[in-house]
Amino acid sequence: MSPNTSPTTLTPDVLVIGGGPAGLTTAANLAPRIDGEVLVLEREKEAGGIPRHSDHTGYGVRDLRRVMTGPAYARRLTADAVSAGAVVTTSAMVTDWADGLAVTVTSPRGRFRVEPRAIVLATGARERPRTARRVPGDRPAGVYTTGALQNAVHLHHREVGRRAVVVGGELVSWSAALTLREAGCSVALMVSQYERTESYGAFNLGGKALLRVPVANRTRVVRVIGKPRVQAVEIENLDTGARRTVECDTVVFTGDWIPDHELVRSGGIELDPGTLGPLVDTALRTSRPGVFAAGNLLHPVDTADIAALDGKHVADQVKSWLDAGGSAQDPATGVRLLADRPLRWVSPGILRPGDPAPPRGRLLLWTDEFVRVPKVTVRQGGRIVNERKLAWPAAPGRVFRVPWSVIRGISPNAGPVTLSVG
Amino acid sequence: MSNTTGPDPVPAPTPDDGYDVVVIGGGIVGAAIARELAGHEVSVALVEARSDIGDGTSKANTAILHTGFDATPGTLESRMVARGYELLSRYATETGIPVEHTGAILVAWNDEELAALPGLKDKAERNGYQESALIGADEVYRLVPALGDGVLGGLTVPGESIICTWTTNLALATDAERRGVTVLLDHPVTEVTADTSGDGFTTLRTEGGDVRGRWIVNAAGLGADHLDRLFGHDRFTVTPRRGELFVFDKLARDLVNKIVLPVPTSRGKGVLVSPTVYGNVMLGPTSEDLTDRTATGTSEDGFDFLLTKGAALMPRLLEEEVTATYAGLRAAINHPDYLIEADRDRHYLLVGGIRSTGLTAGMAIAEYVRDVLADAGLVLKEREDLPDPPRMPNIGEAGTRPYQDAARIAADPAYGEIVCFCERVTAGEIRDACHTELPARTPEGLRRRTRAMNGRCQGFFCGSAVEQLMNDHSTTGGGCARTCHEVTH
Ligand SMILES: Cc1cc2nc3c(=O)[nH]c(=O)nc-3n(C[C@H](O)[C@H](O)[C@H](O)COP(=O)(O)OP(=O)(O)OC[C@H]3O[C@@H](n4cnc5c(N)ncnc54)[C@H](O)[C@@H]3O)c2cc1C
Ligand SMILES: Cc1cc2nc3c(=O)[nH]c(=O)nc-3n(C[C@H](O)[C@H](O)[C@H](O)COP(=O)(O)OP(=O)(O)OC[C@H]3O[C@@H](n4cnc5c(N)ncnc54)[C@H](O)[C@@H]3O)c2cc1C
Repeated sequence: MSPNTSPTTLTPDVLVIGGGPAGLTTAANLAPRIDGEVLVLEREKEAGGIPRHSDHTGYGVRDLRRVMTGPAYARRLTADAVSAGAVVTTSAMVTDWADGLAVTVTSPRGRFRVEPRAIVLATGARERPRTARRVPGDRPAGVYTTGALQNAVHLHHREVGRRAVVVGGELVSWSAALTLREAGCSVALMVSQYERTESYGAFNLGGKALLRVPVANRTRVVRVIGKPRVQAVEIENLDTGARRTVECDTVVFTGDWIPDHELVRSGGIELDPGTLGPLVDTALRTSRPGVFAAGNLLHPVDTADIAALDGKHVADQVKSWLDAGGSAQDPATGVRLLADRPLRWVSPGILRPGDPAPPRGRLLLWTDEFVRVPKVTVRQGGRIVNERKLAWPAAPGRVFRVPWSVIRGISPNAGPVTLSVG
Repeated sequence: MSNTTGPDPVPAPTPDDGYDVVVIGGGIVGAAIARELAGHEVSVALVEARSDIGDGTSKANTAILHTGFDATPGTLESRMVARGYELLSRYATETGIPVEHTGAILVAWNDEELAALPGLKDKAERNGYQESALIGADEVYRLVPALGDGVLGGLTVPGESIICTWTTNLALATDAERRGVTVLLDHPVTEVTADTSGDGFTTLRTEGGDVRGRWIVNAAGLGADHLDRLFGHDRFTVTPRRGELFVFDKLARDLVNKIVLPVPTSRGKGVLVSPTVYGNVMLGPTSEDLTDRTATGTSEDGFDFLLTKGAALMPRLLEEEVTATYAGLRAAINHPDYLIEADRDRHYLLVGGIRSTGLTAGMAIAEYVRDVLADAGLVLKEREDLPDPPRMPNIGEAGTRPYQDAARIAADPAYGEIVCFCERVTAGEIRDACHTELPARTPEGLRRRTRAMNGRCQGFFCGSAVEQLMNDHSTTGGGCARTCHEVTH
């Protein structure tokens, strides 16, 4: 091959970037309904996304109506996409945008270009590692995120240590605790910044009852100690300032999610300052015509079934876009939907007249404080549009889901709509 | 798998013999000296305490190729930095060390700093650097729009550049090895026995066995004063001066396309903001005198200081994610200049106090050391059969990386198999790094050769896969578990 050959160009109708639950479900729902090809590109060697290495049960409840383990769920969604007629290509990473809607891809089969008529971004989210949380101290071995830990234990059958500190009080923190236990490592302490590790109450992953983990609430890690392996962490009580060290040989930084938004930003697509994912409307359109988004890229993070059901929803929207000729017909001007403290974000972030309800008819929100019986208030232009008491708590560390009907009565041209809880 | 590269080196002496010169310290300075000397008809060993080349201060600095504009005129350091800039710029082109000639601006934020700028321009000129220019606040903001409010003016230094310190150290050491230098890793020198038998050799006791040499060069960085005492001297003390740094996400790279330097004043030195050759943005370093020479950890105070400075310098930068934090230790000494002196009686040469400019100056220091040794009586006859310098793998963003190279992927699909997604490091590069001369033997060593795991996820996705690949390719313990046929250098 000569060095000057211009790259091969593929021209599927739809390109789905990311083969996790959201991307695979998008493809499975779209492929049978359009004439052209639906191509899923996944950078890992296997499709399936995070569930591939999340080797415990608790997957598939809302989308497949059954409970299965992560790996089984990943295999099932991949098989469904393929049998629906989608092309799922692994070891293929979308690295850059080319011109228009085209992107550039690197894979062992070559460097190539894909020029689709529509794109669905489904690149997921990752946990912030220790460095991004700006935790000082030594740089020893034995420091993980849940993702790295589960990769090591489930996919590569590595040994971890004997005594761990788990940082974070989210759903995923318990998943980390399960993995540690399975790997023969006890959890010396779980450290959470929140008042209470309320996720515990809602924790429905297998084996929860067996986990008796000591928890330090309202606490943060201020230093990692040890060389060449972790020996301890220093922790601080956020209210009293009291500090102490906890001996351990393993530290797992869990949760604290950030969307994998590199392509969103390099593509000049508008970000939602709350989620740090792309700003979308209820049709899951991004600011760039023809580019849609689904899954945890939009709401860091909800469970896999919710990500998958985003995929089902966005498939309909992409279909309409293609049916309309895939041209940049501007959707109606909408209003912004915003979250007020202690709510951190709400997704989707734009409401347009005439658009469908969001996936599952729910708004997804994230709270920094626990509210046992939340009253959701919807305001527009200083006016209270709706108030609604909900029967389930708003708890930090997991998504707070609110029925779409709360925004009934808002006006399409009276400015931003704000959601708050009390 | 064996390494079969380069022309035949100078016949290696057997361990019982000794070397004409033994250089202690496999940092940039020691590697440059070993390489330079091996360009002559002498046998040379490079002795390093750690398991890898470049695992000391040379791995953790701000990686700026300095023009020397702000050195103290008339010092050895000033001369070495200016000459080193020239030598390393040229060598980088030859070997493929990533460099970007971004240029720098010193930015004044208060009246005292503004008043200091003309003096700095003057000083630059006395150092032989004529290209600096004073510019107004408008021009500063035009060049770096993301700077915070309150800029009063600036001084440009168009020659200041960013470079890859890891590749620099590895290129010099690889080149040295090709020229026949014996590289001895895991050889911390613990004792020195002067020539007692009268055969002209000094014996270095190390944890890896004895090493003998006719001349010994001490380029041990932070450990140089301890070694110096083993040679019977008592002339200086190293104070580890810690510098902590933040590396911000690549998505911040568009914020700054120049090195933004602080203006040194009576109130101390500020911190800089600089792009890196890997496409990140760096904020730092702090400056703090310590006593513990192993204290390369980071601190809460250091972080607070950097975040406060950063908030004023470039508020938008702090909205980006931090990809890495680290600390380096400058080998500061109680002597205002480099301390390079030969002890003719003991056939011993000290290279001390290369505190904050050694990356730039290393190759010039090597030339200087060569001349000092020749003056002191070491016979140095230039070799005519020198091998070509190595061509280093490109890990910089300015050049084409393997994952972007269609022809290379077509020829070898391993360069299309991205393993570390954040840094886009391919299986082919990891394989190469495990099989090259001076291969990666630890995950840390792999990071410095390929950037694998250096990115924003810090191993969330790739940590285990990278480690697996590395184990598969491990050259220790009976060769490569993979079928690696050919590795081209
Ligand atoms: C430890 C842990 C435990 C969990 N436990 C549960 C549970 O019990 N039940 C549950 O329902 N949920 C659970 N979850 C959440 C669940 O895994 C996520 O909700 C789900 O994976 C989100 O799907 P997604 O498709 O949005 O993203 P992901 O699963 O993250 O998939 C994104 C995919 O995109 C790929 N990608 C990214 N960028 C590119 C690119 N440029 N080119 C090509 N491919 C790219 C990635 O490789 C990845 O495969 C858990 C999560 C974790 C981390
Ligand atoms: C924060 C910071 C920022 C900096 N920024 C810049 C910059 O932008 N530009 C620039 O030009 N310079 C910069 N520097 C300076 C530069 O990094 C150093 O001057 C340079 O790395 C010194 O190289 P070296 O070889 O002397 O020391 P080192 O790299 O420390 O090498 C010394 C080696 O000797 C080994 N050793 C020690 N004792 C023994 C023993 N007893 N036996 C065997 N081996 C031993 C050590 O293991 C080590 O590998 C900076 C430094 C710091 C700390």
